[in-house]
Amino acid sequence: MILEKLQEKFGSEILETSGSLEKSNLVVIIRKDRTHEILKFLKEDASLSFEMLVDLCGVDYLKKSEKPRFEVVYHLYSLIRNHRLRLRVKIPEEDAKLKTATDLWRSADWAERETREMFGIDFEGHANPKKLLLFEGFEGYPLRKDYPMAKRQKIPVPEEKVE
Amino acid sequence: MSEKDVFAGSVITTKLKEVMGWGRKNSLWPMPYATACCGIEFMGTVSSYFDISRFGAELVRFSPRQADLLIVLGTINYKQAPILKRIYEQMCEPKWVISAGACASSGGFYNNYSVVQGIDELIPVDVYIPGCPPRPEAILNGVLKIQEKIEKEAKHQKVA
Repeated sequence: MILEKLQEKFGSEILETSGSLEKSNLVVIIRKDRTHEILKFLKEDASLSFEMLVDLCGVDYLKKSEKPRFEVVYHLYSLIRNHRLRLRVKIPEEDAKLKTATDLWRSADWAERETREMFGIDFEGHANPKKLLLFEGFEGYPLRKDYPMAKRQKIPVPEEKVE
Repeated sequence: MSEKDVFAGSVITTKLKEVMGWGRKNSLWPMPYATACCGIEFMGTVSSYFDISRFGAELVRFSPRQADLLIVLGTINYKQAPILKRIYEQMCEPKWVISAGACASSGGFYNNYSVVQGIDELIPVDVYIPGCPPRPEAILNGVLKIQEKIEKEAKHQKVA
C-alpha cells in the first residue's frame, strides 16, 4: 500500500525496493533531489502517517564499487498504523548535502548533527549545526571509511580563564 | 611503664622537611576523577572491606582545591582533556597524580579517534596502576608507591 502510493506519486525517484510491510522490513531506496518532499508526504498522508522518526544515520560504501558513495537512512514508524519504513537516500560525494528534516520531526535534530560530524554530510537549514559528540576543531570525519585509523587529533586546551 | 616514661627526658632528632614528608604521605587527600569502571573499584577501595584509611588516605574530596592526590580512573577522551587539565591546574601544590587502569595510562583498548592515548599527554603522572580495571589491592599498592615517592622527595629536597 505504501509502495503503490509512493510509486504513483514519486515513481521516477525510486531506485529500488525490498522487504515487506508485514515483516516490518520494507526498504525504499531513492534519489536525493526530492527527499524532503517525500518525507513530508510520508508524514502527512493520512493512510501512511509516519509521525515518528526513530533514527537517522549515515552509511559510507567506500569499498563497494557502487556509486554514489554515501547513504542517509531514515527509520520511520507510524504509531497509529503500527508500520515501519526504512528510507535510504543515495548521496554522492561531490554533493554531500540534504535539506534538514527538523521541520518535520524534532528528533532529527541531534541525529543530523551526528551524521554531519561523522560523515561530513550537510543538512541545510538546520538551526544549530554544531558538533554533537566531537569537540570543535576536530579535523576530518571519523566514520568515513577512508579516515586513517592511526590519525590523532590535536588535544584541545582549556578555554581562557574568566577573571 | 607508660609511654610517658619511655620518652621521658629523651629527644628525637630529625629534619623539618622529613617530618613534613612523613605528615604528607600519611594524610593524603585524594580526589577521584572517575569516568569508567575503574571508578567502581575505587569505591570498593575506599569502603570498609579494603579500607584505604589504613593508609591515611580516606578523606576523599570532590573539589580539586581541597585535594593533593588526583586519581584518574577511566577513559579520557579528547572532549574531556581540557576539563581534566583544568582540574589538575586547580589543585594546590604539592600535588601528585595516580593514573589508575589501562585506559588512563595508555588509552587501553580504545585505540581510536576519540580517546587520549594516556593522560601523560596532558598532565604529569607519578604512579601508573595496571589492570582493566585494577583490583582494589592494586589501587592500595599505588597509594603505597606514592607514599614512597613522597618520602624520597622529602629526603632529597634541597633546602631553599
